[in-house]
Amino acid sequence: MFDDFFIRALVAGVGVAIVAGPLGCLVIWRRLSYFGDTLSHSALLGVTLAYSFSLNIAFSVFVISAVVALLLVSLQKRTKLAGDSLLGLLAHSTLAIGLVLIGFLSYIRFDLMGLLFGDILAVTTADIGLVWIGGSIILIILYFIWKSLFSATVNYDLSAAEGMRPEVSNFIFTLLLAGVIALSIKMIGALLITGLLLIPAAIARNISNSPRQMIVIAILSGILSVVVGLFASLEINTSSGPSIIVVALILFIISLVPLEIKGQLQKR
Amino acid sequence: MNENNNLLVRLKNCGVQKSSKWIVKGISLEIYKGKIVTLIGPNGSGKTTTAKMALNILISDEGSIENYSTKMAYVPQKISIDWTMPLRVVDFMNLTSHINKDEIIEALELTGVQHLIYNEIHNLSGGEFQRVLIARAIAKKPDLLVLDEPVQGVDFNGEIALYNLIKEICTKLNCGILLISHDLHFVMSATDHVICLNGHICCSGPPKSIVKNSSYIELFGEHNAATLSLYQHEHDHSHQTDGSIEN
Repeated sequence: MFDDFFIRALVAGVGVAIVAGPLGCLVIWRRLSYFGDTLSHSALLGVTLAYSFSLNIAFSVFVISAVVALLLVSLQKRTKLAGDSLLGLLAHSTLAIGLVLIGFLSYIRFDLMGLLFGDILAVTTADIGLVWIGGSIILIILYFIWKSLFSATVNYDLSAAEGMRPEVSNFIFTLLLAGVIALSIKMIGALLITGLLLIPAAIARNISNSPRQMIVIAILSGILSVVVGLFASLEINTSSGPSIIVVALILFIISLVPLEIKGQLQKR
Repeated sequence: MNENNNLLVRLKNCGVQKSSKWIVKGISLEIYKGKIVTLIGPNGSGKTTTAKMALNILISDEGSIENYSTKMAYVPQKISIDWTMPLRVVDFMNLTSHINKDEIIEALELTGVQHLIYNEIHNLSGGEFQRVLIARAIAKKPDLLVLDEPVQGVDFNGEIALYNLIKEICTKLNCGILLISHDLHFVMSATDHVICLNGHICCSGPPKSIVKNSSYIELFGEHNAATLSLYQHEHDHSHQTDGSIEN
């Protein structure tokens, strides 16, 4: 049924967009965009390790992202550097290690562009299964920890005082973020994954006035970006990741229009 | 009535240490159902830290904490909602437990902000937000309510009304209340126990019964006289500006 590579990419891409919606909203609310960047940069290291030891790519990326996230927490406790400096340190050093390792793996023909920016040709039927099953698991876990996660996003002390166990849900959230990066690296590429998390949620913020509405709009605009971006990628032969992100950006600019109109009306 | 059945929280000689400096030390207090305990003291005297120990947010570095409360509600001192989140009052009311619409409206009515139910939180003024915070805590129907300067930024008339409300809630829900207040004049007569903090417990006890004075009641009217009483403040020691004790 999914023998056409384009339909495979479409089905996998829509799956990724659905999972990225709610997680992207949390990334925006918690101001974690640079954290997402760090995790996705380290994903490249995960991919090269997967090739080196012939592991499953998604699994390897997930493990490396999770390790980097834990490393960040322990570094924050031990050093006197601010969070953003540590994130930059981890992001660039893992990216560099990944690129150096690729140099050693000269016997494997590597599509570096594909790794960095996504490649729709690489999406297999197995990947579709991974995206939809993995994505469902992420969403189910998210559903169960939502109240705790959301209340901790609003105010940590309040959440802790009222028995929401925010320290547990914060930890799980980090793993879920690593999970969504693992699922989407083939489609979007290591450098642009955070874009698919952030931009649809940013679009949603412009035109929504409740958390639930924001999540729904983030999912819908993510799906729209993926579908239009993939068609554009096929038509004009560009990398899939950048095409999807460019479409998302255009949607973001359009979403500013209602804000502008509202602003103008209020001035009168 | 058996006192132990009504015990919600007991702190025994508790304290919090941060980078080898004690923020508070030697704190012992008990909170019972239907009773209001008030913490007073200057800035940095450890009022919020003490409240956080009672709430199990902070772990005590000494002594022991017993907490028998089944449902706690908290009105934090400082809370800022990120403008990146489109949060309406109604969403905020449901933050940590599901509360049905009627109860939300009822609670907002009590604090006089029911008309703001669909407003975005970050469009509220400081006083309005404070009223929403109190309403949210009440709507949870807790058995332990911790209020950290709950009336900050609220207008003068509102302050008295909210203090009356807190007193009323205490009896109605039969919940224990730990109240932090800066303003000696507004510490309520309904307060059952006043604790004066300054890094440790300086003194504690029931507020002096100035309200029993008949000329006082005549002057202020029975209702307000019952609300506003003055805690007589007598220390057996004095503090230097850094909080250290001078004999």
